[in-house]
Amino acid sequence: MVARKVFARPVSLKDVATHFCPGCQHGVVHRLVAETLDHFNAAGRTIGVASVGCSVFLYDYFDINVVEAPHGRAPAVATGVKRVHKNSLVFTYQGDGDLAAIGTSEIIHAANRGEGLTVIFVNNTTYGMTGGQMAPTTLPGQRTTTSSAGRNTASDGHPIRMAELLATLDGTAYSARVAVDSPGHVLEAGKAIRRAFGYQVEGRGFAFVEVLTTCPTNWGMDPVAANRRIAAEVIPFFPLGTFVDRSGDER
Amino acid sequence: MLKVVIEEERCKGCALCVDACPAHLIALGSRFNCHGAIPAIIAECDQARCTSCAMCARMCPDAAISIYRELKALQDADSRQ
Repeated sequence: MVARKVFARPVSLKDVATHFCPGCQHGVVHRLVAETLDHFNAAGRTIGVASVGCSVFLYDYFDINVVEAPHGRAPAVATGVKRVHKNSLVFTYQGDGDLAAIGTSEIIHAANRGEGLTVIFVNNTTYGMTGGQMAPTTLPGQRTTTSSAGRNTASDGHPIRMAELLATLDGTAYSARVAVDSPGHVLEAGKAIRRAFGYQVEGRGFAFVEVLTTCPTNWGMDPVAANRRIAAEVIPFFPLGTFVDRSGDER
Repeated sequence: MLKVVIEEERCKGCALCVDACPAHLIALGSRFNCHGAIPAIIAECDQARCTSCAMCARMCPDAAISIYRELKALQDADSRQ
């Protein structure tokens, strides 16, 4: 019987084991980004900008050039990289503690300037690497190491919906939220990431994709239970969808 | 023919593939790999029932699963289009 390989590890992803915990969906998002780079045959001219957090080891896992940015400053570093290397594909890969807390200023102004970047925002509603502290995206009532009685919106405020927030800015060409909790959602997430990189290839401006993922270790759940929490609790608060999509034709 | 190939030394035993398989062909094994995880396995007799849908591979956070499809099945799909 002759067989053809129909699904395999993308070549832009190095053939190494990751440091991520079992069930951590950073691995899925890494693979989707690498599949997109393969699709555009762009690994050789891509520069990634890594953030601080579990996503910091981008350079160990992607077969591309990577710059490591100070905490939250990836969009600012990427702005400089993109303005100097105009023909390169430049993307940042940031977690919610990085992008939605310490890096709020940088992401908002990079989007508002309409920088030609692609931003992959991995939202797992907690600070993963530092031990599961409350993040700006932590859900109301969610227990973390710094909100042991659950997030109290009266004192801690409400979670920030970054995809919707950035969609209000004129500089943002594309803003979407996707999840990777089911095979169907993974396919849709891959399409959104491909679209976001495609906007950069076509020079259409700032593109942002928020991906809802699990953090089984810091949620105190096994990977399958954590994955089910995405549909049960996280998506109802952070709805999936495309919030702005300005194609070049409209301008 | 092997349709699902799981790289057992890369697997961390998260069981997301076990949950994703619509035909329930994948299970966690009974031995530890070199990282101390119990990897997912698929019995050789179950490979024939696999439809190569790749749902397990899409859910795998460690890109540890490769999927193969019979060339005849692919040609049939092409000719239907």
